[in-house]
Amino acid sequence: MTLQPVAQGEASLTVNGSPVPLGASITPHTTTLDWLRDRGLTGSKEGCAEGECGACAVMVARPGSPGTTATEWVSLNSCLVPVAALDGQEVVTSEGLGTPDRLHPVQQELADRGGSQCGYCTPGFVCSMAAEFYRAGRTPTHGEDAEEAAARDLEPERDHGSNGFDLHALSGNLCRCTGYRPIRDAAYALGLPEDSDPFAERRQSAPAPPMRTHVVADGAELVRPLDLAEAVQLLAAHPDAVLLAGSTDVGVDLNLKGLRPTLLVAVDRLPELRDLHVGADEVRIGAGLTLTEVERGLGGRVPMLAQLFPLFASRLIRNGATLGGNLGTASPIGDCAPALLALEASLVLAGPEGDRVVPLADYFTGYRVSLRRPDELIREIHIPLPLAPIAAFHKVAKRRFDDISGVAVAVALEVVEGTVTRARIGLGGVATTPIRALRTEAALEGTRWDREGVHTAAAVLAQEGTPLTDHRATADYRRAMLGQSLLKLYAEQTAAGSAAQDDEQGGER
Amino acid sequence: MSQLSERPDSAVVGQTVRHESAALHVTGRALYTDDLHPRTKDVLHAWPVQAPHAHARVTDLRAQPAYAVPGVVRVLTAQDVPGLNDAGTKHDEPLFPSEVCFHGHAVCWVLAETLEAARRGALAVEVDYEPLPSVITLVEAIEAGSFQGAQPTVARGDARVGLERSSHVFHGEVEMAGQEHFYLETQAALAVVEDDGRLFVQSSTQHPSETQEIVAQVLGVHNHEVTVQCLRMGGGFGGKEMQPHGYAAIAALGARLTGRPVRLRLNRTQDLTMSGKRHGFHARWRVGFDDDGHLQALEATLTSDGGWSLDLSEPVLARALCHVDNNYFIPDIRVTGRVARTHKTSQTAFRGFGGPQGMLVIEDILGRCAPLLGIEAHELRRRNFYEDGQSTPYGQVITQAERLHRAWDQVAADADLDGRRSAISQFNATHEHVKRAVAMTPVKFGISFNLTAFNQAGALVHVYKDGSVLVNHGGTEMGQGLHTKMLQVAATALGVPLANVRLAPTRTDKVPNTSATAASSGADLNGGAVKDACEQIRGRLALVAAQRLGVPAPDVRFLDGVVTGLGTDESLAWADLVHSAYFARTQLFSAGYYRTEGLHWDSTVMRGSPFKYFAHGVAATEVEVDGFTGAHRTLRVDIVHDVGDSLSPLVDIGQIEGAFVQGAGWLTLEDLRWDTSDGEHRGRLATASASTYKLPSFSEMPEVLNVSLLARAHEEGAVYGSKAVGEPPLMLAFAVREALRQACAAFGPQGTSVDLASPATPEAVFWALEGARSGHDRDGDVEPCEGPTPPEADQASPQRLPESEAALHHLSGA
Repeated sequence: MTLQPVAQGEASLTVNGSPVPLGASITPHTTTLDWLRDRGLTGSKEGCAEGECGACAVMVARPGSPGTTATEWVSLNSCLVPVAALDGQEVVTSEGLGTPDRLHPVQQELADRGGSQCGYCTPGFVCSMAAEFYRAGRTPTHGEDAEEAAARDLEPERDHGSNGFDLHALSGNLCRCTGYRPIRDAAYALGLPEDSDPFAERRQSAPAPPMRTHVVADGAELVRPLDLAEAVQLLAAHPDAVLLAGSTDVGVDLNLKGLRPTLLVAVDRLPELRDLHVGADEVRIGAGLTLTEVERGLGGRVPMLAQLFPLFASRLIRNGATLGGNLGTASPIGDCAPALLALEASLVLAGPEGDRVVPLADYFTGYRVSLRRPDELIREIHIPLPLAPIAAFHKVAKRRFDDISGVAVAVALEVVEGTVTRARIGLGGVATTPIRALRTEAALEGTRWDREGVHTAAAVLAQEGTPLTDHRATADYRRAMLGQSLLKLYAEQTAAGSAAQDDEQGGER
Repeated sequence: MSQLSERPDSAVVGQTVRHESAALHVTGRALYTDDLHPRTKDVLHAWPVQAPHAHARVTDLRAQPAYAVPGVVRVLTAQDVPGLNDAGTKHDEPLFPSEVCFHGHAVCWVLAETLEAARRGALAVEVDYEPLPSVITLVEAIEAGSFQGAQPTVARGDARVGLERSSHVFHGEVEMAGQEHFYLETQAALAVVEDDGRLFVQSSTQHPSETQEIVAQVLGVHNHEVTVQCLRMGGGFGGKEMQPHGYAAIAALGARLTGRPVRLRLNRTQDLTMSGKRHGFHARWRVGFDDDGHLQALEATLTSDGGWSLDLSEPVLARALCHVDNNYFIPDIRVTGRVARTHKTSQTAFRGFGGPQGMLVIEDILGRCAPLLGIEAHELRRRNFYEDGQSTPYGQVITQAERLHRAWDQVAADADLDGRRSAISQFNATHEHVKRAVAMTPVKFGISFNLTAFNQAGALVHVYKDGSVLVNHGGTEMGQGLHTKMLQVAATALGVPLANVRLAPTRTDKVPNTSATAASSGADLNGGAVKDACEQIRGRLALVAAQRLGVPAPDVRFLDGVVTGLGTDESLAWADLVHSAYFARTQLFSAGYYRTEGLHWDSTVMRGSPFKYFAHGVAATEVEVDGFTGAHRTLRVDIVHDVGDSLSPLVDIGQIEGAFVQGAGWLTLEDLRWDTSDGEHRGRLATASASTYKLPSFSEMPEVLNVSLLARAHEEGAVYGSKAVGEPPLMLAFAVREALRQACAAFGPQGTSVDLASPATPEAVFWALEGARSGHDRDGDVEPCEGPTPPEADQASPQRLPESEAALHHLSGA
């Protein structure tokens, strides 16, 4: 260990505007939710302890997107994040947003419109909604006719209010009572923050910089190093260290599986992991950026990822989860992997001897294992340019928002004069690792992009991988969905081609 | 208009007001049971030791190793129980079992200084098990003859004769999954020992009186030594009607033994694996129609999956049998029910309480038979509606048939169903890969507890000297807005502004011997009691006011805090009157009581008039189905629902919308899976977390949702002319399932009958539409299913639907 332990009492969190020492009773595994509740802030609730319900949501001050505000209020699941990982940061709970006598605009709308029934999920909804209320990029579409907006059948616009409110901001919050309509109405009724609004004002100054944190208790440690060199040194010295970024996976292990790692190394704020760069021949994405940061930073420049992000878990999860974490777990159903496989991405692994570049197609070596050595971490993801002109990400799940894929299929195609010249297909949920559909790619390349050619290739695709039957889907359904995904892409492509003549119903989706 | 139902002018009931705790909810200040322990000193935390077998004998339990874990204070086992080792009222639910009856059954509990220490202590407890054979699925139970409780039959006429008379006879079967309540607040209790040894137990319970009785039973004390309070619940939905008792008893036992407060809260996984759920049902049926599609006869056997103990399975089954008719007149009928005993959680009350399962049977029959009869499903349904004077199979006379006719026509007109049906045909004709459909279904749901004795309630109303009013009643608040309605009832009955009235948390030492807040009856029963208490007080105040105003007492009027007399311009402020009444030595508090009149039910023959009235509703739902994946969206929902004269419109509309979405979740998304293999995890709940058990999120919300309350809907039999609303709208969601069935059929040729699994997940819909697309078994040219119940429809197998569809056999008329 190269770090000097910091006296535990010095670690602190700003809660609802006041600094609060983390105290002597916390361990590296104490969640932010438990810590808040033990301090009497019981507004934030535990509903599931795995980041699925959002009853524990709080707002955290984070760096704003480039070109917006210095600070952005970001909603996070407090049940997942060890409180020590927030050392030095700034948290706001539903109690801090308003009081019964002085309700915050979000609280006022929810209360007046019947947005709470039992009220248990409500504080979490309040925080998720408030974060979206303050989002700098939220721009009302004034003057738009409501019926016209409703009649529009376009997927990306469907979940937005005319006040610019993106309903996906609430995709990680569950309510069992209301059926959501009054909550949506409350969200869509919000105006813009007043100039004097203290939370709006707070956005103009920078968030607190990352702290060097070292918490030791209960036979375990949590360390936040300040740069990559320190981090790699720690990993080299402690092969059993568990990397911590958004804690959206580690948090589940802590809460539901009872895992108690002896060393957690927080890497999400390492500056070397936070670059986003779109160059002439590649896109470089820092592994420590949250998916929300990547989504907003890319702004649709990688259409495959733009299709993926709204389907990836929920806003609450994407605000914490990182690309590095999603690939680092090497889960066979991590949705980023199939997309990045189709995009022929490669990874930069940083270790004691420096960087090495590994094609993603070679990275996964087995169920939740990869080429990454214990002393390495994923620093960056590279996507080569130019991108294939046709890109599709199909996810089959029981629920449209915030569900885990039964099957995920990512297809990148180049079609020249009716013939497929290049095909790259990534699959999730059909094998012990995410895989490329190599036989289907071969079957497609050189084939006519027509109904017959597609049907032949779809039959090959349906035989890729070794899908299993589980509680998410049967093996037969998974196989059927592989084949259907190509047929669907073809139908979408041909419908898009003839969309000019078919303006009445907007074509098939 | 009855004295009970008559509503004064300018009443506070009927006004749109927000939930009484809304400002506390949104600011995080509303307290729930588990928010109390950080405010309590020296609390111990409880953690269960859960068995890893579906069925096993506990051969040895060694608690000693747990005491080596730092922080562990006490391990609770069967030997510690001073009273009866049972958490139920049927005496078939040992609190500390010697025989494990389901995977995850808690065999003992560890108390420790922190939750983490209790968890580690539980890991250290050593238990030896002798595994025993287990029954997991309904079909295994049926084959093994594993049943529990009564096997009642509802019958009228002669179903055999009726079927012979019918020109079209079909038969088939249907299996429907259960449902997890997934109240956002899991089961929780906090028990504290009072100075004299009495127990004060705060519990997230819909039934404080029964929680009190079970705690007393376990501790071996009288009921007056235990007080139970429920501040509010973070959702109940029936899951906290009987289930909380055992957890409260554990906390109370721990507090009694250690002298320290004990907090018990199940985490989500524990709650999912230990608490009961909605009963899954299996049904086999034969149905007969005449040439016009009029129902002639129905024979059916319903088998519910009761899980390991009886719990509320018998009354749930009774309600299912009483709702197989929904709103359809079936002249000759015989419906038999039975409860399977399986090695799963003990299934329990869940919004609708068997009603949804019973109704699903007839809606499934009509949806599947309509294409075979060549009649559109909505027309077939409408043609079979009850008329006044007809009676239900159990003998209750129908008196409000007109309401459903009216609601049906209003939905059809407001939602422009004719126009949209032709737009949908056009859409379907031009879209190969996406199909739409709209379906309409009715709901007729009986209101009252089937067991007559439960239909009573009490209240305690205090008027303080300053004129402020405090209301206690026996009902609990779980988000349904009961307290909001009770405030409105009290303000109306006393003639004071809403702001004058406050509500105190539900406690067994304020109102004793209460019924569960269940069966949608909370407002009817407690509203009657609150009104009674308020009217007693108002009557006494009227005597005082009469003297001051110089008018006869019957001529005194109370409205909005002002007391007036007929024929005088003088008036009194409410607070003034109360003040002077006190000095005139007037009793300013009262206990109120209400019991529902006119009910009778003979459960031995399953006949009578068990319901005070029926609640009605109609829904039309349009869906869109993706032919590539089976993924579906609900495009538009139109609902007209009968809540009588609404006590609180915002609350009622919230109940209707929420119930509809919860019903749609049960029917189209929520997918409980148990490990049915013979492997080491047999019987384990495979969907034991929020990441594997998905409930509706924003993405399932209908894109357009129009809800109207039925006009001219005064109810003579309930407080201020209102009707119960908690459960009935859940069953409006059948319109979603039936629309999905019709959209699947649209992938096939005209007249395709579709067998749709429940829940209709994207996968289930995909296999259904694949069957339709390939024209499978359209003519039903297969052998009829006779003899024993066919093998369980395996939801894991895509072969299920075509095979099951084969059971729908056209026996005659072909």
